[in-house]
Amino acid sequence: MIESSGYTKLRIKMILTTLGFSLIPLLILGYTIYRQFEAAHTGKVIQHLSHLTENKRRTIDLFLNERLSQLMAIAYTHQVEYFLEGSTLESVFTLMQARSKYYIDLGIIDQNGNHVAYTGPYQAIRTANYKEEEWFSQVQAKGFYISDVFLGRRNYPHFIIAVSRRDGDKTWILRATIDSDIFDSLVQSDQLGANGDAFLLNADNVLQSKPRFGPKLLARMDLGAFARFTGVRTETIAVDGKPFLVGLAWLENKNWLLAIRDDPSEEMMPLAHTRSLMWIILAGGFLLIAGGTILTSNTILAQLVRSEREKAMLNASLTQSSKMASLGKMAAGVAHEINNPLAIIKEKAGWMRDLLEEEDVKASPNYKELEDAIAKIEYHVTRAKDVTHRLLGFARRMDPIHEDVNINDVINQTITFLQNEARYRAIEIHTGFQTDLPFVASDSAQLQQVFLNIIDNAIDAIGKDGNIHIRTMAVHDPNEVIITIKDSGPGIPREKLDKIFDPFFTTKKVGEGTGLGLTISFSIIQKLGGQIKVESEEGQGATFIISLPLNKD
Amino acid sequence: MDIKILLVDDEFDFVETMTKRFHIRKMPVTSAASGMEALKLIDEQDFDVVILDVRMPGMDGLEVLRQIRAKRPLTEVIMLTGHASLDAGMQGMSLGAYDYVLKPADFDELLDKVRRAAERKALNVSAQARG
Ligand SMILES: Nc1ncnc2c1ncn2[C@@H]1O[C@H](COP(=O)(O)OP(=O)(O)O)[C@@H](O)[C@H]1O
Ligand SMILES: [Mg+2]
Repeated sequence: MIESSGYTKLRIKMILTTLGFSLIPLLILGYTIYRQFEAAHTGKVIQHLSHLTENKRRTIDLFLNERLSQLMAIAYTHQVEYFLEGSTLESVFTLMQARSKYYIDLGIIDQNGNHVAYTGPYQAIRTANYKEEEWFSQVQAKGFYISDVFLGRRNYPHFIIAVSRRDGDKTWILRATIDSDIFDSLVQSDQLGANGDAFLLNADNVLQSKPRFGPKLLARMDLGAFARFTGVRTETIAVDGKPFLVGLAWLENKNWLLAIRDDPSEEMMPLAHTRSLMWIILAGGFLLIAGGTILTSNTILAQLVRSEREKAMLNASLTQSSKMASLGKMAAGVAHEINNPLAIIKEKAGWMRDLLEEEDVKASPNYKELEDAIAKIEYHVTRAKDVTHRLLGFARRMDPIHEDVNINDVINQTITFLQNEARYRAIEIHTGFQTDLPFVASDSAQLQQVFLNIIDNAIDAIGKDGNIHIRTMAVHDPNEVIITIKDSGPGIPREKLDKIFDPFFTTKKVGEGTGLGLTISFSIIQKLGGQIKVESEEGQGATFIISLPLNKD
Repeated sequence: MDIKILLVDDEFDFVETMTKRFHIRKMPVTSAASGMEALKLIDEQDFDVVILDVRMPGMDGLEVLRQIRAKRPLTEVIMLTGHASLDAGMQGMSLGAYDYVLKPADFDELLDKVRRAAERKALNVSAQARG
């Protein structure tokens, strides 16, 4: 039988192998599906961001275009003198403001850079001269100009759009100042989610609109250098050490970069969900597989242990049978060889007894001694004969007859033989019979010998004062009759338990026990197709259990 | 009535002692040490009872029994057996032996069986004479 440590090793190996083979595919499957999902999801996120960025860019470009066109329209439909008259500029400005509240002021500048007309809240700049300013030359050169956002003389974030009109040899400039807050409202939108952000950067990475997070307007925001490109790009850019997906697009009308940063938590939410779902499924799968594996390995091992034990038991009973078969042969030979000398000794003693009857021997003073000696010789020859005859009885090849045997009757009969002895020793024999016990096709005489041996042993074991319980019952699967004989004796020590069926094993005094009773019983029951077992613990009495097959074929 | 007894056994000491014990009871016994010898004696004389050991070197007791039954159907045979007790004894019975005795036998028991075997033989003989 494999030792328990061997079983543990086997079990661990089985569990690990099964776990390995089922978990590795599970993990690979989980990982692949997750990766696939992640890629699909990221693609969707990028697409969404690109769309958003493109839309925003268009909106802003459209806005700038419109402003520019409006100013152009105003400048080119009137002569400069028209605006210098009275409050014309003011009414034009009011008209413009009606279309867009973000206009701060409106002014006209002549070719020398002098502010010749102004309408707006900053009267202080009325007399300003812009001849030296960068934008002044730019607008004259290009015909229009859109500035970066700046604080300027008004000390308020704004930007200007200026258009110049050449009128004969004179050039004049119509300039509108626009509150840069307009970009904040254009750029930001609730499409960005709770943590998304959007802003405009000029070519020097200076913020042209207020981001929701991080630096203020006009501060630098370093996303890296991006040469002008057309269309939309998405980049992963680290901000404060965290990677963000950012959509980038250059405006068409101005070299400003529109940057839209996705809401990272919103973007990752479905992924995080999927990941936790995946872990839950993996954990569940693991638990199921592990549970199943342990269960299966337990069942298999239990089966293994059972079959090992059965094998061991079969081996033991085979050993016992072959041991007895060979011992039986030997015993028969020995018994025969001994019987002949015993017969001679017996006859010689008998002859001596015959001679004792002669007159002269009777007169001998040693007559009594001689007679005594002869009696002793005869007594011990008889004793030896009992052993050899029992041995021969055990060894003889018997073909058990098959009659319908009522086990209960056989036991009752056996008890009557032993009743006197039992009563004398204050031992009570109790019977608990199944009344409708089926008949067994067996050999009643031989069964009686078995019961006699076992009950006899029980009486011997108890000695004085005790109980013997004999029960019979029929069981199914296999169909058997079970007979249990239980005594209240001292029981059988563990180390003797597997010896009691051995020939000549006895713990009784010389002359009282032959050690053959159980051996013969064992071989009888075996030949009848049944089994005999003993259960005992020291101090707890002994129980002999005999099972006889019902359907003997 | 004198009973004519033939004792067949290969154990010399056994035969010798038994012979003495029968003689002292005024019962003459002829003895044979083997099956062959016994059959020769049976050819020459008519015995009432044969006491026959089952196991002997040479011719086996059961074989001797078979031949005796053939030669002298009226002669009764008692089997003496030290071996495989009941089996050989039973086999002998089925071959027509009168009875069997296990070695070591009780002499009085054997004597009793010899007497009864002789009685049966006498009965059989007179029945045959009449019938
Ligand atoms: N009921 C019993 N209780 C205790 N010991 C027993 C019992 N039955 C048998 N034994 C033990 O088994 C031994 C062998 O029994 P057995 O084969 O019947 O031989 P014997 O009775 O001649 O000793 C006994 O000597 C005894 O030690
Ligand atoms: Mg016993």
